[in-house]
Amino acid sequence: MSILVNRETRLLVQGLTGREGGFHSDAMLEYGTNIVAGVTPGKGGQTALDGRVPVYDTVAEAVDATGANTSCIFVPAAFAPDAMLEASAARIPLVICITEGVPALDMLRVHHVLRAGGTRLIGPNCPGLTSVDEAKVGIIPGDIHLRGPVGLVSRSGTLTYEVVQAMTDAGMGQTTCVGIGGDPIIGTSFIDVLDMFNQDPETEAIVMIGEIGGEEEEKAAAFCAREVRKPMAAFIAGRTAPPGRRMGHAGAIISTTGGGTAESKRAALEEAGIRVADSPSHIPQLLRDAGVR
Amino acid sequence: MKLQEYRSKEILARHGVPLLAGQVAVSPEEARAAAADLDGPVVVKAQVLVGGRGKAGGVKLAATPDEAAERARDIIGLDIKGTTVKTVLIAPAADIAHEYYLGLILDRGTQAITVIASAEGGVEIEETAKTNPEAILRLPLHPLLGLQDHESRRIGFFLGIPAELRKEFGTVMRGLYDAFVESDADLAEINPLVVTDDGRLLALDAKIVLDDSALPRHPDLEAMRDLNEEEPSEIAAREAGISFIKLDGTIGCMVNGAGLAMTTMDLVKLAGGEPANFLDIGGGAKQDKVTAAFKIILDDANVKAILINIFGGITRGDEVARGIVEARAALTREVPMVVRIVGTNSDEAKPILAEANLITADSLDDAAAKAVAAAGGAG
Repeated sequence: MSILVNRETRLLVQGLTGREGGFHSDAMLEYGTNIVAGVTPGKGGQTALDGRVPVYDTVAEAVDATGANTSCIFVPAAFAPDAMLEASAARIPLVICITEGVPALDMLRVHHVLRAGGTRLIGPNCPGLTSVDEAKVGIIPGDIHLRGPVGLVSRSGTLTYEVVQAMTDAGMGQTTCVGIGGDPIIGTSFIDVLDMFNQDPETEAIVMIGEIGGEEEEKAAAFCAREVRKPMAAFIAGRTAPPGRRMGHAGAIISTTGGGTAESKRAALEEAGIRVADSPSHIPQLLRDAGVR
Repeated sequence: MKLQEYRSKEILARHGVPLLAGQVAVSPEEARAAAADLDGPVVVKAQVLVGGRGKAGGVKLAATPDEAAERARDIIGLDIKGTTVKTVLIAPAADIAHEYYLGLILDRGTQAITVIASAEGGVEIEETAKTNPEAILRLPLHPLLGLQDHESRRIGFFLGIPAELRKEFGTVMRGLYDAFVESDADLAEINPLVVTDDGRLLALDAKIVLDDSALPRHPDLEAMRDLNEEEPSEIAAREAGISFIKLDGTIGCMVNGAGLAMTTMDLVKLAGGEPANFLDIGGGAKQDKVTAAFKIILDDANVKAILINIFGGITRGDEVARGIVEARAALTREVPMVVRIVGTNSDEAKPILAEANLITADSLDDAAAKAVAAAGGAG
């Protein structure tokens, strides 16, 4: 078992014929992800990726023709809100938006409409997710994974790869690794994913990677203390970040009055009984200490 | 992006919020002329983006144009928390009967534009939240419908706005909301909103913070950026499309991805060093960006070593390696460089780095330790 995506996933890629969309779709195919369609307005009827994937003008046509049930979005920020709404209008149940730099007020409206329409959104400004040896959707390098018992959820992109690599190097495999995105308004929260891991029988332990800004890690800690009985380890980035500055991610900012610091998040997690690592490389050992094979 | 008070007021005034606009001045002479124009007592207010300017002596009353010139002479050039005041706002003074706090924020918790209101105006809302949380109303607005009149009325009643000013308060709420939405703000606040002795409702001070992601569709607001308040290196980084924040340490960091860039800084600290900066070269970073990043890092004379940490994903490791080697050849200053490249196309990166005799590291902990050692050796 795994969460969100698996061998049954029939993936559609919005922006398949773009440079990044093409590069990463190729990597997804190579990983074994079942990409059934691409959508680029005006390129309907063509094929992409050496004839392996048919391209449609609209998401609705692609869904009709291929039964796509998941969409991954690679379109530029100015067009991403429209792309998410188009996927939702075609009743795709799961949408992963990789695009960075989507205006927050657009995201408020898009998130509301998608939730009301029953579409789960992951991202935006996220690396996507991998259910190891089943399907990878997004830009996480496939070769860093090892199949195993640990679920991972993260607000970050490359930091996620860092942690996954450290786990794989230590012989500790993963079920699913999910990047939820570094923006202030995102479709899927830590708690949503933690809840899924908690209910997934194959996931025996959970790693959570947070960063400064907001209160999502604190809320997640409270949720874990209440609901989660699986062993957990965490890492919080940004102990050296100065207050009042956005550290790259739109959501990564310590308020000038001291809210959202790495220390407050670490304290909340530790209070919930979650082991917090000083370095991503320490995570496998913390999980072993908690009894994970 | 934070806007100065006078810019924030320009935007609010455009949306019908009643306020005493005043004039900006960059010299005592201009301050005198502005005060003479306004014809009455004025407040001379430092235009800086840091908080606490009142306590720092950046806000002064002046009864006459000559006094306004004197106060402007005191304030212009004043250092407020590291920012040198270049501009003052000369605004008509008002006799205050009541002060209120009124703000809109993009609230991550409720995932909504949220009104924050308090009858304790003139103090920072975070202070009220600590001392008297019951005095604050937080009201999330519907993401599609936006501000409704019944919500404005409810906020007015909560604040105890005098009956004869309730209609005017509705105008303030509507104007603040429209300004927030139309400028794609993260925060728009009026503090204080006042009732004057002569019964007027006025926004005396205002602050707007814009969503950086939305700036590309607001060139008029982008033009309001105050370059005086930014580090020259941060301006150069923004122009190169690099996310950069200058810090005080000796180890320059070049990383792809914001979370990993923060972690790299944290591990430098854990290894006993101090990071000189946060730098995210972004996804798909190419050689021109690497070149620009080097220049920005090395322009900081404190930098004694550079740690380059690239974990491929969108970014291709071999392109970065070639960029590093070629960019390094053109550098004016030599410092030790520790390079770690992992992920997409990283195998192709290794021979390129080895040939250029760069210090390489496999793990991030190892890279941080080597960078700290290299900086110590150079210093």
